[in-house]
Amino acid sequence: MKARYLVPLAIFLVIVGFLAVGLKMDPKRVPSPLIGKPAPHFELSTLYDPAERITPEKLRGKVWLLNVFASWCVSCRAEHQVVSRFVQMGLAPVYGLNYKDEARDAKEWLRELGNPYEAVIVDPEGDTGIDWGVYGVPETFVIDKKGIIRDKVIGPVTEEILENRLVPLVRKLKEEQG
Amino acid sequence: MRAILFALLLVSLAASAAIEVHQFDDPAQEALYKELIAELRCLVCQNQNLADSNADLAKDLREKTYEMVKAGKDKEEIVDWMVNRYGDFVLYKPPVQRNTLLLWGGPFLILLVGVLVLVRFIRRRPSTGDHLLSEEERRKAEALLQGQEEERI
Repeated sequence: MKARYLVPLAIFLVIVGFLAVGLKMDPKRVPSPLIGKPAPHFELSTLYDPAERITPEKLRGKVWLLNVFASWCVSCRAEHQVVSRFVQMGLAPVYGLNYKDEARDAKEWLRELGNPYEAVIVDPEGDTGIDWGVYGVPETFVIDKKGIIRDKVIGPVTEEILENRLVPLVRKLKEEQG
Repeated sequence: MRAILFALLLVSLAASAAIEVHQFDDPAQEALYKELIAELRCLVCQNQNLADSNADLAKDLREKTYEMVKAGKDKEEIVDWMVNRYGDFVLYKPPVQRNTLLLWGGPFLILLVGVLVLVRFIRRRPSTGDHLLSEEERRKAEALLQGQEEERI
């Protein structure tokens, strides 16, 4: 008879459990279907040299990062110094993808904050962004020597993400065979 | 000052919402386009579909959908194109697969549990219908009924 009264309590605890887990989940973190797949093709010019063309195929053989940013993006500003610090470590080059931005604004932004990028690839219409599944700038992709996307950070890269996730991953990828 | 404020009230601000005009070759294409933008989720404002969302990305994706419909692609091709980029999350109607089994089966599971609980509850309740009165009870009941009638008269 007493067990009967425990049933509502048990149900309550199960609901609390689900809600507690749900609270900790971030719906903005959508797992990218591109992880483990080849980097989508693009052929874009760069911000400072319109004649230069960059494709992911050209970068084959080295570990590189693609950092999607824009001058209109507030959290890109916050992320900027973390990205710069990563570049200073000299582990891997970071290519910037200037997403749906005006060239003038982007140059002004980089002049003010400094330009850590190996090259700034320009995607004014956001087509490449769509191919790469970008939906919240800033986003950062890690691409291995074979041209496979290995990780994606949605939102600004924090010091914590840099130290615990990106740096160990890049170190590991650099040891892999190209 | 008041006059200026009053005058300002009379000036209506033009709504800046842009209206997207899409021309289709045939009604089937238009229907497909509408079906798709209703079923695909906007990833920026996650509780809206592409049709409802005003986010920049939603506009771009509507445009892409339109282009693909126009180019004669069928529904499956367009949905695959979206899933390849944004994952199953882009679908408001997720596919039935291993990691969505609970999602699709859950409601039926809960219904089953509910039915089982209900059946048990009904079975346990003491039955009332076919319970016969003993001789003594019958006499008591008759006496009561007669007594009541006498009182009424």
